[in-house]
Amino acid sequence: MTTIGIPRETQPGERLVAGTPATVARLVKLGYDVVVEAGAGQGATYADDEYAAAGAVIVDAAAAWGADVVTAVHAPDDVSVLAEGATLVAMLAPAAHPEVVESLRERGGTAMALDAVPRISRAQSLDVLSTLSNVAGYRAVIEAAAAYGGMFGGQVTAAGKTAPATVFVIGAGVAGLAAIGAAGSLGAQVRAFDVRPEVGEQIESMGATFVQADDAQQQVSSDGYASALSEAQERASAAVYARESASADVVITTALVRGSAPTTITGEMVAAMRPGSVVVDLAASGGGNCEATVPGQTVVTDNGVTVVGWTDLPGRLPRHTSQLFGTNVVHLMQLLTPGKDGVLVLDLDDQVQRGMTVTHGRRTLWPPPPVAVSAAATSAPAGAGASSGGAVAGAASSGAPGDLADAVTEVIPAAPSPGAKAARPPKPPRPPLDPARAAQRRTMLYALGAVLVTLAIAFAPAAFLGHFTVFVLAVFVGYYVISHVTHSLHTPLMAQTNAISGIIVVGALLQIGSDDWLVTILACIAAALASINVFGGFLVANRMIRMFRKDA
Amino acid sequence: MTLESLAQAVYILAAVLFVLSLAGLSKQETARQGNALGMIGMGLALAATVVLAIDRSERSRIVTAVLVLAVLVVGAVVGVRRARTVEMTQMPELIAMLHSFVGGAAVLVGYNSYLTESNDAVHLIEVFLGVLIGAVTLTGSVVAYLKLSARMSSAPLALPGRNLINLGALVASALLMWWFLASASVIPLILMTIVALGLGWHLVASIGGGDMPVVVSMLNSYSGWAAAAAGFMLGNDLLVVTGALVGASGAILSYLMCRAMNRSFVSVILGGYGTAEGTVAPVVGEQGEHRELDPDDVAELLLDARSVVITPGYGMAVAKAQYPVAELVSRLRARGVQVRFGVHPVAGRLPGHMNVLLAEAKVPYDIVLEMDEINDDLPDTDVVLVIGANDTVNPAALEDPTSPIAGMPVLEVWKARQVVVFKRSMATGYAGVQNPLFLRENTAMLFGDAKEQTERIVAALLDPVGG
Repeated sequence: MTTIGIPRETQPGERLVAGTPATVARLVKLGYDVVVEAGAGQGATYADDEYAAAGAVIVDAAAAWGADVVTAVHAPDDVSVLAEGATLVAMLAPAAHPEVVESLRERGGTAMALDAVPRISRAQSLDVLSTLSNVAGYRAVIEAAAAYGGMFGGQVTAAGKTAPATVFVIGAGVAGLAAIGAAGSLGAQVRAFDVRPEVGEQIESMGATFVQADDAQQQVSSDGYASALSEAQERASAAVYARESASADVVITTALVRGSAPTTITGEMVAAMRPGSVVVDLAASGGGNCEATVPGQTVVTDNGVTVVGWTDLPGRLPRHTSQLFGTNVVHLMQLLTPGKDGVLVLDLDDQVQRGMTVTHGRRTLWPPPPVAVSAAATSAPAGAGASSGGAVAGAASSGAPGDLADAVTEVIPAAPSPGAKAARPPKPPRPPLDPARAAQRRTMLYALGAVLVTLAIAFAPAAFLGHFTVFVLAVFVGYYVISHVTHSLHTPLMAQTNAISGIIVVGALLQIGSDDWLVTILACIAAALASINVFGGFLVANRMIRMFRKDA
Repeated sequence: MTLESLAQAVYILAAVLFVLSLAGLSKQETARQGNALGMIGMGLALAATVVLAIDRSERSRIVTAVLVLAVLVVGAVVGVRRARTVEMTQMPELIAMLHSFVGGAAVLVGYNSYLTESNDAVHLIEVFLGVLIGAVTLTGSVVAYLKLSARMSSAPLALPGRNLINLGALVASALLMWWFLASASVIPLILMTIVALGLGWHLVASIGGGDMPVVVSMLNSYSGWAAAAAGFMLGNDLLVVTGALVGASGAILSYLMCRAMNRSFVSVILGGYGTAEGTVAPVVGEQGEHRELDPDDVAELLLDARSVVITPGYGMAVAKAQYPVAELVSRLRARGVQVRFGVHPVAGRLPGHMNVLLAEAKVPYDIVLEMDEINDDLPDTDVVLVIGANDTVNPAALEDPTSPIAGMPVLEVWKARQVVVFKRSMATGYAGVQNPLFLRENTAMLFGDAKEQTERIVAALLDPVGG
């Protein structure tokens, strides 16, 4: 039986844990034995008892690190605590820490980096960077709200009114969108900027205003990430930052381009901000987007602007972050356990598993071969562009950046001319007739038909005319009556009209009395058939109608 | 006042009641009343007819009375039994079968009318048309019944030159009518009946399962016209009025169905999708990866959602999943989740089929919305569950002008935050079109039997794994 170990994190101050009681239960369901180091969940307020209740065994540090599979938030300082041939699943930052990769390679076994998940849609459910960014974005707003001397939502009270706070978010990746959502739900007016034009729709769908600067926009990205800016773009976006930050109460910066933080808010811009306003720098771990940022600290500038530079924002919500992180781990283990039998199977032909595997059997497999990302081909880009977290190097292959624009222009002539056969691939739709001429032609046809019918009726005998009058009127009455029937009653309507059309029984019954036995027999059969309709139709319509009930 | 004129007066009353009855069906609140009015109208018409039939009888009145009563009893027993026992999932078959009875009765009444009444030219035409429509309705409905009850493959029968066959049958009927008018002999009538029976058979056999809503409403319409034709030949205005009402009703339903598929009536009746070229439309478009969820994951998604929309399709009827779905809905609603249904007009095999299934499972009708009502709300929806639907939620209809279903109005489920598609496999739907919805980033697949999977979700809701 394979054991999964969840150790207590070794980095000082880390409150996260790679598994919670809920995720442990799911690992157990996959067929694994789970061991949890005593106190592992303490920082995230999960008690040992809860882990035990979920099916884990509480052990000491050596046993937890010595399990067959170790899932942790960070790699241990000393990899020798790992068992021979064990699998380590953690955030390894392989690009930033090649020495860790090297020591893991020497150790043997397998190391999988949770922060190197390829950006393809199938892998989204195990992407811890999205998870951490999302929480960080939310927490950034909470930090800003705490530091800001006012209310986010505007109020109108008997004592006068207060204006809503203006929040300016730079970068609409996962963190930026989470910040937009959180700030919006607190009632702030949110404005957001991103160099990638394709995220404008997402920003607006979150209820924020998309700030645009024509010269600053990049091409649609093919890999879902923003790239470094050209000089002209930089100048144009700097102008936007200056303008927006000066008028904002809260600025949240999330720009992290492949692990490094470009400067977006200069010292001058901070100096131009109103006293009491707040800057939250989500990229503090990479040095900060704001020149006034001190990573790991909150400082107040000379002009009274609070600059929040916490680098542990996800860890400040340890309970839910651990839960989400643990679920990402569960999704990975599901992928690695195709038989759901507690046997770990690493498939290096699988794009996702290959991309995450840093070392395997004393070989370094980092960096993985490039993966083409589907972000540009689909209409909803992955959008974790400028997100916080470690170094992410999803190299883009040749996915044509212009695809989206082409796709959009093709969508517009979607509706073919009504009435014409739906367009089929081999056959282009017929060129639609000029509508005015088509209408004219139709009117002519109707008129011609009306004349012919009128002539035909004029020659018909009087008895027929009477019936025909009734018939025509009844058709129109039927048309107007049925047009109002609600869609949900169409089936009962059909049963009911079925019953009513059984009225033909009247004709058959009247023929039964004929002195010709052939006629009588035929009439009897017809009447029997039609009366089945009458009784069956009404009753089944009744049964159906009685089933419909309104919400109590 | 003679018995004859009294009967006519009752007939007028019955006709009015029928109109009011259909008017009553326009709203849920008045539907029961409408149903009752129809029954009263029919009761009055039958009573008057029985009296009239006995009075007009050309042989012993007792014999006639006994025959009439016997016939009505047979009809009542069979009809009541069918109505009581039929399952809601079998409703399309039942309705198709009932259409065939009207068609059969119309043929027989037509022959009787020919045998008993004086045959001037107008009457001959009336008889001929009545029998023609009746015969097409009869075999068409029988084939529809066989297809819907899966006793016959629901795939379209693709005979070479089938449009020519249909056209030939019509031309032959026209020639036979000319002969019939000239000779007033029974032979052309019989020949035409055979041709018409064949035409009805072939017409419906050539249409695939997914187009059945149109076919059934078309046959509904035909059964009405058949009754109206019988009214002409018998000189009975009640039959004319009723037949016209029913005919108009079926025609409107067919029109609505066709509009919901963005196809013309003719193209539906003359064959299924992409079959005009004799081939199924090629599967084109993006190939990609889909994401799979298990019922526990779906339960978690639903627990965290604030608004859920369920879009059912024929697959839900096949799997009989409406009961667990209703259970799921009531549990979610008890937890304060807003749950609604979005029903596409052509979902199922009968107009309004889904509504009846959901009503049977005790889903309140005011949370079952039509496509046009729900589409605007979908972008604000947290989770959409697509249960057994495919073509009706295909984004290709709006985004890919080369798709065979281009321009068909669809439920825009992909605009919701998360879509879960319940499906047996990745196979294409009725139209044979690949569905790019399944490959979208916010779509996840839940494979397996819709009923079992829904039951598992309900179980997981009771005993959530997550915190």
